[in-house]
Amino acid sequence: MSIAMITAENIVKNYGSVKALCDVSFEVLKGEIFGIIGPDGSGKTTLIRILTTLLLADSGSASVDNMEIVSDYKKIRSRIGYMPGRFSLYQDLSVEENLEFFATVFNTTIKENYYLIKDIYSQLEPFKKRKAGELSGGMKQKLALSCALIHKPSVLFLDEPTTGVDPVSRKEFWVMLRRLKEQGISILVSTPYMDEAGLCDRIALMKDGKFLRIDTPDNIIDQFDDTLWAASSSRMYALLNDIREQEEVLSCFAFGDAHHVTVPKGTLNLETLEENMRAKGHSDISIKPVRAGIEDCFMALTGRGSGDAGKTDRGNADREMKSCRKDPV
Amino acid sequence: MKHDLKMPPDMIQLLSFIKKEFYHILRDKRTILILLVMPVIQIILFGFAITTEIKNNKIVILDPSRDIATSRIVRQLVESEYFELAGYLKSDKDIEKVFINHEAELVIVFADKFSENLMHTGKADIQIIADASDPNTAVSLFNYASGVISYYQQELMNENNVPYQITSGIRLLYNPGMKGAYNFVPGVMGMILMLICAMMTSIAIVREKETGTMEVLLVSPMRPILIIISKAVPYFILSSVNLTTTLMLSVFVLGVPVAGSLFWLVLFSVVFIFVSLSLGLLVSTITETQVAAMLISGMTLMMPVLMLSGMMFPIENMPKFLQWLSHIIPARWYIAGVRKLMIKGLGVTSVLKEFAILGGMAVILITVSLKKFKKRLE
Repeated sequence: MSIAMITAENIVKNYGSVKALCDVSFEVLKGEIFGIIGPDGSGKTTLIRILTTLLLADSGSASVDNMEIVSDYKKIRSRIGYMPGRFSLYQDLSVEENLEFFATVFNTTIKENYYLIKDIYSQLEPFKKRKAGELSGGMKQKLALSCALIHKPSVLFLDEPTTGVDPVSRKEFWVMLRRLKEQGISILVSTPYMDEAGLCDRIALMKDGKFLRIDTPDNIIDQFDDTLWAASSSRMYALLNDIREQEEVLSCFAFGDAHHVTVPKGTLNLETLEENMRAKGHSDISIKPVRAGIEDCFMALTGRGSGDAGKTDRGNADREMKSCRKDPV
Repeated sequence: MKHDLKMPPDMIQLLSFIKKEFYHILRDKRTILILLVMPVIQIILFGFAITTEIKNNKIVILDPSRDIATSRIVRQLVESEYFELAGYLKSDKDIEKVFINHEAELVIVFADKFSENLMHTGKADIQIIADASDPNTAVSLFNYASGVISYYQQELMNENNVPYQITSGIRLLYNPGMKGAYNFVPGVMGMILMLICAMMTSIAIVREKETGTMEVLLVSPMRPILIIISKAVPYFILSSVNLTTTLMLSVFVLGVPVAGSLFWLVLFSVVFIFVSLSLGLLVSTITETQVAAMLISGMTLMMPVLMLSGMMFPIENMPKFLQWLSHIIPARWYIAGVRKLMIKGLGVTSVLKEFAILGGMAVILITVSLKKFKKRLE
């Protein structure tokens, strides 16, 4: 478990004046699912492309399966599996033809490694004569994963594999990843969905080309040491603004059907807030303590780290964030 | 690694990739139809509909003597498909009226006592008057008429058995009927090959970039050179099919024979196909979208083929700058070579220059585009 399959040290990549990656360092161990969690434009794709030898870093070094990404790029290319952000399939080829093609391109046959993709591909087999372009998002994703796995890679790179896929398929997908992990394959997966973070062994929270924190999901959540409440009332939008006006509140943002309110420990108690809200004319008020999720941690980290409001891919949170976050007084 | 067939892995990759390319081409019914039917339509259009030949032109004759010689010339003029008789004029004052009123395109004026002069002095004058406000038509009409007259002259000489007489005048070599097809067949061949090889190859490669599949291909053990070869092979085959249909059509439908060696003509075309393929490859390395690839190959490859290759306009008539520019257009050399090999029936030694230039272009372009082909994304 302790062999590093991916090591990256001080990776820097700039596009002109845009800093896509600043000083990214991390390790992915053998048989580990490592998640890179961050909003669009945080540099996830660039990082994956550098590690898959598709891009060159400006500085820093990295190795995959003990091979240096620049000098050994040819060897790496035969050892890794890669699934780009858009499912790269040939829309006019059938399911079977796609798989067959990628198998030969990777110097193997479907038969040889069928056991590896059996779970995934068996669901597609009834449709193997169907054109890839006519598949649903979830099926395309499964086919793309099969194609990336067909040569039994030692490391699998998945760039936002669940974007644009229905919730059921997303859930299934993560089950498959866990099974692959049991086969000893290391998986580096990026996602903008905070709720998928908990499914990884370790995660890196990423924003603006930087890793904010690398740890297990549980440890990251444990380190959230503020008080977190979920608040709702009959007038949600007014509630958002009213809570924000409370001196003690660090942040408040829309989170599904309730607002998540962060307050430093021991500064404000739940009853006081409820009282204050009732005074402002809210009814049906419900304020409950909740356990922090990855998204709350992400918000807390980005809010404190850079001083500017963070962006997440969850619903309207990123839109609301700017207006809800209280500037430090 | 074990395989059922004992082929090197490179070969298996290559064959599988080529098969995939053929799937792409054959499943896109509209494109394949265009690619296969386009040459047929172009040949037929250029051969029949769009033609620089001008037929059934009205001529008016001013013939004071009306003797055997003049009537025979007039008869021969009218018998040719180019002219039809619109009438006779009484005096040369009427000539201008003919053009002003558009009564005829050409006026033929015979000198007084034409036959008499011809028989006794061996010399007689004919004046051909054309409306040069459209110089191209005027020149063509003049050429047709002179052709008929010189033919008569020749006949006359044969009849009279005059042993030593030098004929002067215009002779239309290789294409005595001034058929447009003779001019257009090489041009259309150049255009079609350029279009299919360059444009289609560049689009096929750029499509992989656009759909993101290139990313996966790059992150595979497949060597970039194999990707390129497998993209080029199907279009090479398609071009060969088109070359065959074009040649068959021109021989059997347009009646333009392959006067020279078919072998050298085909080999020469293959060299040109290589040039076009590598141009397409070059375009694909500098573009990111299919639309851009199409525009670039359309604007920078097709337009020069039409304008500067000598297909539409004679290179000799161009301004010096354009003449100079036309040297770098591969189609110019190809069309010139095909004219020599196919129309004039000259041997391969006459096209060595064209062969060398196209061969050189192919080598340079293939080297440059292979160098430019990215093994990474940027």
